[in-house]
Amino acid sequence: MSIAVDTTAPLLSLEQKKRARNVGFSLVFLGLVSAFLLAGRPGNAGFKLVDSYTVFLPAQPFARALAVALVALGAIQLFRGFGKWTNVVLAIATGTFVIAFLTWAASGGSFSLTGMLQDTVTRSVPITLGAIAGILCERSGVINIAIEGQLLGGAFAGAVLGSLYGPWVGIVGAMAMGVGLSAILAVFAIRFRVDQVIVGFAINFFSLGLTSFLAQRVLTPHPEYNIVKPFTPYAVPLLSKIPVIGVVLFTQTLFVYVSILAVVVSTWFLYRTRWGLRTRAIGEYPQAAGTLGVDVIKLRYRNVWIAGAVAGLGGAWWPLGTVGRFDQNITNGRGFIALAAVIFGRWHPVGALTAALVFGLSEAIQLKMSNLDTGIPSEFLLMAPYIVTLIVVAGFVGRSRAPKAAGQAYDASK
Amino acid sequence: MKLELRGITKRFPGVVANDNVNLALNTGEVLSLIGENGAGKSTLMSVLYGMYKPDEGDILIDGSPQVFTSPADAIAAGIGMVHQHFMLVPVFTVAENVVLGVEPTGALGRLHIDEARRMVREISDKYSLDLDPDAVIEDLPVGVQQRVEIVKVLLRDAKVVVFDEPTAVLTPSEIIEFFEIVKTLVSAGRGVVFITHKLKEALKIADRIAVLRRGKVVGEVDPKAASESQIAEMMVGRPVKLTVDKDTASVGDVVLKVSDLTVLDADGRTHVESVSFDVRAGEIVGVAGVQGNGQTELVEALTGLRKAAGGTISLDGKDLTHSNPRERHQMGMAHIPEDRQRQGLVGGLSVAENLVLTRYHDDQFSHGVIVDWDAADAIADTLISEYDIRTPSKETGVGTLSGGNQQKVIVARELSRDLRLTIAAQPTRGVDVGSIEYIHSRIVKERDSGTAVLIVSTELEEVMALSDRLLVMYRGRVVAELDPKKVTPMEVGLYMAGSRPDGAVVA
Repeated sequence: MSIAVDTTAPLLSLEQKKRARNVGFSLVFLGLVSAFLLAGRPGNAGFKLVDSYTVFLPAQPFARALAVALVALGAIQLFRGFGKWTNVVLAIATGTFVIAFLTWAASGGSFSLTGMLQDTVTRSVPITLGAIAGILCERSGVINIAIEGQLLGGAFAGAVLGSLYGPWVGIVGAMAMGVGLSAILAVFAIRFRVDQVIVGFAINFFSLGLTSFLAQRVLTPHPEYNIVKPFTPYAVPLLSKIPVIGVVLFTQTLFVYVSILAVVVSTWFLYRTRWGLRTRAIGEYPQAAGTLGVDVIKLRYRNVWIAGAVAGLGGAWWPLGTVGRFDQNITNGRGFIALAAVIFGRWHPVGALTAALVFGLSEAIQLKMSNLDTGIPSEFLLMAPYIVTLIVVAGFVGRSRAPKAAGQAYDASK
Repeated sequence: MKLELRGITKRFPGVVANDNVNLALNTGEVLSLIGENGAGKSTLMSVLYGMYKPDEGDILIDGSPQVFTSPADAIAAGIGMVHQHFMLVPVFTVAENVVLGVEPTGALGRLHIDEARRMVREISDKYSLDLDPDAVIEDLPVGVQQRVEIVKVLLRDAKVVVFDEPTAVLTPSEIIEFFEIVKTLVSAGRGVVFITHKLKEALKIADRIAVLRRGKVVGEVDPKAASESQIAEMMVGRPVKLTVDKDTASVGDVVLKVSDLTVLDADGRTHVESVSFDVRAGEIVGVAGVQGNGQTELVEALTGLRKAAGGTISLDGKDLTHSNPRERHQMGMAHIPEDRQRQGLVGGLSVAENLVLTRYHDDQFSHGVIVDWDAADAIADTLISEYDIRTPSKETGVGTLSGGNQQKVIVARELSRDLRLTIAAQPTRGVDVGSIEYIHSRIVKERDSGTAVLIVSTELEEVMALSDRLLVMYRGRVVAELDPKKVTPMEVGLYMAGSRPDGAVVA
């Protein structure tokens, strides 16, 4: 005798309904912003794609048309719902809204759209690498709040060693610094089972304090220790000749290529290899792996170290990929944005890359806006990336599921 | 393969968990290890599985001593274990869980997941376990999850399979299927250790029964020649009564009336759906069901710990759907919660403090904002002796007492006043046989004094023995109301699994 128990019948989810409603209201809200704020400036906006070609969009009609479309989509979402297409609709709507915003800002003038997108990709580098560091840790069950500190440490080591021995040594030094800082996290979180969030914060403040102190006491009197020749963009043969995309993706520094490689490699390893299976297992239910003879402690140590190296590399981006020097608190919270990207990207490297690009775009737009005369105070523009973070993490991610054992110390005897 | 434990002793600070334990297991044999909670069964098995290092003694396989420093060593020596709490990663597929730790791989550690699937299918077919290698664990019923655990053990070619309380989470029909699997394993030449506290099951499946008490093997019995009460006496160390003595209920007016009650969780999922029933004065109504079918949420809604999303609850005709727990308590409702550690007791507070936890604010125990500890201590002394709470003193932290004595503290606090309704969830979970007897008799006594009693338990035998009327919950609904004297556990088990004895599917 056997009994069939149906466990697949759906349970009504209030959470999903609420989220669907929020998305509907957001669309209507964007539509209204579009109608009342963005449709206020006449004139054409020019977006330069390549040197010889600029697209002109009429700002006012574009904003009005978008307003109507957004309100209509919002209404459909509220009354019928797009179901599984909700995210696609939302992404297209938000994307178009961003274009309308740029049209409004650039009306009567023009700017290089390609340059802005290139900037987006460049600026997403430390966020992507920081987020991968976060994913590697959290997937193995260790919460890594210390990404900010690891980026900052990497930036410092990259600047000093890069100045003394050249950029390649700078990169290696930055990664070593990241490993060193993550080793502190590993020992306290894994061996001594201290609360991982608290250790992470301690490392952030330690890193900020130490690098600021050394910058003031050592780098200021010895400017020769703080001047690096950064990596210059490398144009990939053939690919860089493609219009727009060639500039955006294939005329970049080493850091962009490495960070994309890091996304591909970490995804493949996490989902296709023995290491990945075990890593995900110890992040979800370490006892299950432990009772099958997997050495949970060793694997956690190793993954936290690797994560530190990745974050250190991300930190090296500042001196070696952009400005060629270290300044106090040069990372300015990017490590926390990376943490948001981990959640937004649902603990998946590709998701994290997407999130990093969104944050990179908001930074790039902020830079462009401060050059255009829009009337928006520049202080407000500085807030933009963080506002985007809040909205994205709080509103649109829905409830994403963290690795179950993240934050819990492993005790083999339990 | 012959497995032998010789003189195993394992000490923890303050306790000797295993005291010179000797056991032997031959191939093709089922050894049942039986004992109360805290008798040292789990510690012994952790020693065998390399999770603990014994302080003294040896593990021998075919006569040669082994040193296990981790589960990996035990697995390599041919020992497999199915833990009480399944060691399965909920978001992984069956195949991923099965191969974890022994993954078939290629270059760079690339996982051959097709090979893993094939391995699962092969074992599943060989032992007719009927498993889909691509199913995700969290979507599977516990009975199927247990079969995944068995495949894990078989894949590692375990010669000795240890099952730790394997039937605790199963429905009666799943238990029968499980016993079939055990028989297949044994006939394939493997040895099985079956750890349990259920006497009937040990008698049914075991070739030999070893009884453990306070860390020692107090005897081995032949199931063909032993009775339940004999074994129970060995477990507890004194004669125990295994049946519940009660007269016919003299039923009075309706006390608890539940109409159309619906309860949701924080995510908006429905756990209790339009449930209606009454409990009358002087009767015990039991709620049976497999864990996770809404019983927890039902009790939380009745006691005011969770908001009702719809419907009404009334006590003696007064609506209390929106009353808080203290108001309900003052209207004569007692609550023995299912999880002592989280709900009924504050582990760090003393026995005396826990005993007045629900009434320290009464005039009897307080003058304004000051608690009258003398009065509280006096009542604590009375209750400790009346309810036979074994504690070094009333100042002892309640968290250090045994499960049975913790439960007695709750029972004493909740039942030692005039009541209209007693709600008891899993009243004997983790409680030793001796205390079970006592708690059951208190509950029956409460009924006989005219209180309405609602018992919620996943131990089918317990609810059937205690109740005058039996409700069965399945997926948040009451799917049957039965007379426990007129149905068999098998029939109730069918309702618990969502079907009916005539084969139709409920709800």
